[in-house]
Formats: sequence, C-alpha cells, structure tokens
Amino acid sequence: MNDKVLELKDVSKAYPGVVALDHVSLDLKRGEVLALMGENGAGKSTLIKVIAGAIAPDSGVVCIRGKEYRQMTPQISHSLGIKVIYQEFNLFPSLSIAENIFMGSFPGNGITVDYRAMEESAGELFEKMNVRADPKTKVRDLSVAYMQLVEIAKALSKNVKILIMDEPTAPLTASEVDILLELVRNLKKQGVSIIYISHRLNEVFQIADRVVVLRDGHMISERDIQEVDRSTLVHDMVGRNVTETFPEHSRHPGEVVLRVENLSGNGIQGVSFDLRKGEILGLAGLVGSGRTELVRMIYGADPHSGGEICVEQKRLEIRKPKDAIDHGITLAPEDRKRQGVILGLPVFENISLPIIRTLSRLGVVDRRAERNVVDRQTERLRVKMPDARQLVKNLSGGNQQKIVLAKLLASDSRILILDEPTRGIDVGAKQEIYRIMNELCDGGMSIIMISSEMEEVIGMSDRILVMHEGKMAGMLDRKDFSQEKILSMAANI
Amino acid sequence: MHKEIKVQKLAVPLILVIVVALFSILTPNFRTWGNFITILRQVSMICILAVGMTGVLLTGGIDLSVGVQMGLCGMISSLLMVNYGLGILPACLIGVAATTMVGLINGLLITTTRMPPLIETLGMSNIVFGINYLVTGGYPVSGLPKGMSILGQGYLGFLPVSVVIMILVVAAGAFVLQKTCFGRYLYAIGNNEEAARLSAVNTKKMLVLVYVIQGALCGIAGLILLSRVNSGQPISGKNTEMDVITACVVGGVSTTGGEGHILGVIFGVLIIGVLSNGMAVLGMGEYWQMVLKGLVLVIAVGLDCIGKLHRSR
Repeated sequence: MNDKVLELKDVSKAYPGVVALDHVSLDLKRGEVLALMGENGAGKSTLIKVIAGAIAPDSGVVCIRGKEYRQMTPQISHSLGIKVIYQEFNLFPSLSIAENIFMGSFPGNGITVDYRAMEESAGELFEKMNVRADPKTKVRDLSVAYMQLVEIAKALSKNVKILIMDEPTAPLTASEVDILLELVRNLKKQGVSIIYISHRLNEVFQIADRVVVLRDGHMISERDIQEVDRSTLVHDMVGRNVTETFPEHSRHPGEVVLRVENLSGNGIQGVSFDLRKGEILGLAGLVGSGRTELVRMIYGADPHSGGEICVEQKRLEIRKPKDAIDHGITLAPEDRKRQGVILGLPVFENISLPIIRTLSRLGVVDRRAERNVVDRQTERLRVKMPDARQLVKNLSGGNQQKIVLAKLLASDSRILILDEPTRGIDVGAKQEIYRIMNELCDGGMSIIMISSEMEEVIGMSDRILVMHEGKMAGMLDRKDFSQEKILSMAANI
Repeated sequence: MHKEIKVQKLAVPLILVIVVALFSILTPNFRTWGNFITILRQVSMICILAVGMTGVLLTGGIDLSVGVQMGLCGMISSLLMVNYGLGILPACLIGVAATTMVGLINGLLITTTRMPPLIETLGMSNIVFGINYLVTGGYPVSGLPKGMSILGQGYLGFLPVSVVIMILVVAAGAFVLQKTCFGRYLYAIGNNEEAARLSAVNTKKMLVLVYVIQGALCGIAGLILLSRVNSGQPISGKNTEMDVITACVVGGVSTTGGEGHILGVIFGVLIIGVLSNGMAVLGMGEYWQMVLKGLVLVIAVGLDCIGKLHRSR
C-alpha cells in the first residue's frame, strides 16, 4: 500500500469542445516503470501536465505518497521530486553541462560560484548514471542524446522521485536509445519511479513493468507487461470506431504528373514515388519520420542532395520555392501561422504574394487584376470575412487555412502539397477542407497530404506512403488500408 | 480596436500641431514664411534619408551608416571636382555610385552572413568614417565650382532646389511602397521573412536592394549637404542617422519591421525639423537639443512598444 508513490483518482479535464481526460485513475509504485501509450490527442500530455501541476484538473485528485493534493502547482510538484522531461529541452546551449545542471542552485557562498564543487558534483551524478561526460563541455557541443542525459542529470540533482519522460527516444539514434534505456533501468534500481511515454513498442517491452493505454481521454487498458502482446496493444491504441465521416468519393487517377526518384537530403534517404492526376497521396508516419522534410525538398524550401524530381516526364531543377511554383507545385506548410500566412498583412496581399509580379506592369501592381484573382479564390473557397482588406490574424484557424489554399490555387497550381491541412481547426471547417480537396481532385488536381490523424489519412487518400526514420516504409493501396497496418509500418514493427 | 488605430494615427499630426503652436507662441520669429522654408530646407536631407530608412526598417533591419555615407559622397565628389578637375555632373554621379556601392556591400554582408544589420552597419559606419578622413588625410576640400551651390542654395520658383528633390524622393518612396511589387515584398519580409520566402519571394535580393537604394539616397543627400556647406568635410553628415531613425520611429515605423507608412514618416521628419529649428530660434544650445531629441526617440519607441504590449494581450 505504502509503495504507491503516485495515485491519480478520477481525474477529468475538458477543453472547449474536447474532453482531454475522462475520469482517469492510475497509480505508480516505487521503482516502477509505467509506460503510457496512445495516439496523438489521446490525452497523454494533459495527463502529465496534471501530474506536474501545469494545469488544474476539472475534478479528481492527485495523491503523492498518500497525501492528497487538490491544488497541485508546479512549485509543489517540484518540491515533491516530480520532474518532467519534455520533448523540447530546457537547456542553455552556451553554458557548460555543470552550469546547466545546477542552474538556479549554484554551489558557493551566495555571491561567487564554487566551480570546482559544481563540476565535482556533476561528475558524481554522471558516475551514478554510468555515463561518461566532461562537466565543462558546453551543451551546444553535445548530441541530442547527451542533452537528454543532461536533463536527466538535472532531475537527479534535484533528488527526483518521479521522473516523467515524454517520448525521450524520438530524436535518438538506435545506439543512443540503448544508452537511454540502460539509464532508465539504472534509475529504476535506485528506486526512482518512471512514467515513460513512447510510441515505440520495442522499447516499452524492454523496460516497462506495466503499460497504460489512453484513447480519446479514456483509460482503455492497464496491464502488466507480461500479460500483453504487441497486437493487443496496437488494438487498444487505435481500436476506436470512426467518429468523423469523410465525404464519399470515387476517383479515377489518371497519368503520372509527378515522379520523385531516389530523393535524398535533409535526413531523407532515397525516397521514390509517383503521383497521378486527380489523386490524393497520403503521407503517414510518426512525428520526426521525415514527411515534412520530404515535401519541403520537393517544394524547394530546403535543398536536396540527391535524386530527381520530374513533372510530366521532365526533370526539374528545384532550388527555391519559385522554381516549384513555376511548374505548378505549391506547398501549404505545416506551421500555418508562422509559415503559411503572414498574419499582419491583409487577406488580399497574402493571396497574391507569390504571383504579384505577374499581376503587375513594370513592377506596378494592377489592383483590379489582383482583386479579380483574390475574389475568385475567396468565393470559390467560401472564405468567411467582411472583406479582403481584413488582416489574416483576425480570421479563424479554418479560414486562415482557406487563405493558404486560396494562395496556392491563385498560383495556378496543379500539384498541391498540404502539410497537416486540418491541424488545429474545428470539425466543421475540417469537413469543408475535405470537400474542397475532393472537388479539386475531381477537377484534375493532384494532392500530397501529410496528416498525423490516422482516420484522415485513411479517409481521404487513394494511396498512402508510410515513412519511417527518413526512409520509405511502404506504399499502401486503398484496399489495403488499415490503422494497424499503417501504425506497424510507421513504427517499423 | 478600430478606434484605437485611428487615435494612434492622429497622435503624430497632433504632436506636430502642438509643437508648432508652442514655438509660435514662444517666439514670433518662428512663425514666418521665411522660417517655414528654412525648416523645409533643413529637413530635406533627413527626409530623403528617412524614405530609404523606412524601407530598411520595414524589412526589420536598420542602417547606422547613412550619416557617414553622406560624408563619403561629399568627399569623393568634391575631391574629383577640385583636385582632378572633373565636371560637376560626373563627379556627383561617381559620388552617388560610391555610396550605392557601400549600400550593396551592406546588403550582401547582411544577407550572406546573416549578421544583425545593427552590427554590420555599425562596423560599416566606422569603416566609411575612417575612409572619409583617409581620402585627403583629414583636410577639408574647398574651392568647389560655382555651379555646385545650386543643389543646396538655389531656388526653383519659390522652393529651394533641395526641397524639390525631397518632394520627388518622398513621392517616389510613397509610390514604391504602396503601388509596386517591391513595396509589397518589403512589408511581407518585415512581417514574416520565412512565410515570404515560402511564397516564392526572393527575400535576399529584396534585402540587398533595400540597402542599395538607401546607399543611393545617401549619395543624393550627401550632395545637398556638400552644396550647402560648400566644401567637402570628412565629418559631414556624421550622426545624421540619429535624426533619421528618430523621425521614422516617431512617424510610426515599427523597429521590429513590417509596419509604417511614408505619410507618417513625413510627420516624423517635420516634428524633428520643427524641434531643431524652434530650439535654435529660441536660442537653446546644441547640447540641449541633443538631450531633447534623444528624449523624443526614447518616448516614441517606448509608446510604440507599450502599444504593442497592450494589443497583444
């Protein structure tokens, strides 16, 4: 009974329109590794934020070592020895390892820092972790794996009791993963309790004692690792009924319009595929699998180091976005607000930006021609706004995405690349984006769509290319689509 | 939201009206036609440079080398006229070409190395200042041909030539920023350079161009200054960038890029001009003028930043 270091009782948390956590209860024992699994949006992040005190649950309590905390705050959780290592590190790149570890509690007399003592204790920490590293090294000179180790050392220096790791191995190479897993086992022996979030089944089976699966804010299962096999876990994670509907479509893709041959660079190794006229090609894979990097190279946003891009049998030299646009390839980037639109400019300037030169005579903008183009696209896509002089930042997420689409269409695009086209927009707007995509394909447009939403990829695509760690893990035809298949290819099981 | 913007737009003209009224009450010498023309002539150089600076600031950059570039143009042109007997026109053209070149170097260094424009132009400012002394070993160049005085001292009808040039530059600047692709690109880059790049804007080329234009305008302003002083002085133009940047910022150009209009900048220039002139007419020393203008810059930027803070909440 007393070895339960952490207990969540009936915790719920709702955001407008979404129930992130629905009466979730779980516990964590001393020296235990608990794996937390689930798809994107299953509620894992919300759960760890509740434990860390970053957000307050709507109902339910958090108990640490038997004591109930109704008002958990980051300060309290910190003082109780709870430490979260997020995917984005909180490190100071130009400071040394030792300085990073002891930031905020430098050893010394309060005025000067005792560097020798600091470096010695950092060295002791690393010894305890069984890791070799010079505490004087600057963090920016470390590999990602070692940065993670510094984060862990930081946690250990604060006398961590409960360590929460959010996909710690996502950015690591295979050998680095082994170092990390070894360290997790080591910590466990020292009595640290660990919540380990990961998509990778292999790792979970290697180090976890128990595994909890969340889906849509519900706790689906809680099992000892000995009692479960892979297929049960995958089924637990994805086995929901399809709640969103996708517009019916029957497409008959035509000839090949885009051929990508052995494309490499930017972390991508030798990807080849072709895209047909009137087709939607889905790009699936885990975060960091190289989907965005691949399409950015096709669009010329990043340089590629090898391979060919051919449009209609002609090999193209794509060095910058303009080259791609000139050949009818356009991209709606992943980060809409930072890359897709220019928030501080009006709608019409956003839409006409890539083609403003063609709408000008001697460099002077022909406002009437511009208005015609803008009006045609905004009407076609039914953008809701008072008028085109509205600043884009005043529009809703769905309408902002339509502005991005309008911009691509205004450029006379024949091949649209949409990177997470429905991320962060509400259900109604999503349906509209789907409808637009289908209409465009019926009109002969070809679309490459990246999506992390499994149902979206399956519902919208004609074929799906699955990526894994910068390589192509496989290509699926519509008749072979299944969540289990895609997930296992993406995780390389 | 809408009202707030209107109030901000009205604030700058209002400050100008208040400053003019204040000086008019304090001294009758201020409110004469002659003095009005004098003010315009005094601000002509600042205004020409402010048009270029508006473009630079719109992209999120800054150019601290404009003052010494004026001096460079003056030194080179006067040297060519006096020591090498070159005609006025070719000498002036070579002077402007020299500062245009400095602008090109600024632009290329900033875009290829990605160093902050503040630092690059600070360094360039020192380099050019040194060169201004080196070309003659520190001596001023005097004995300019008579025709050279037209630019800074001549009249076209009732307007000084320098004021006519200023009006032309302002008109061209307003046209470029509001009507051309180039203007659109500058606003786009200043708002979000990455999004602009992904929208097929050749951001590097535009950035280089904006510093090149600033260089050329420095040359034009430098010629006016040369003509007014009637001799090439190595120190000519030094520190003018302070007045230019103050005018732009007071006129509503954001120091973080993407926001600002020529009309506002004209008001900013006039406020600076009226302050300088009024204080001089009142007999305030140059040191007090520096203190006051510095205050105006700090207050203008401070208000701009506070405004942004409120809007972002």
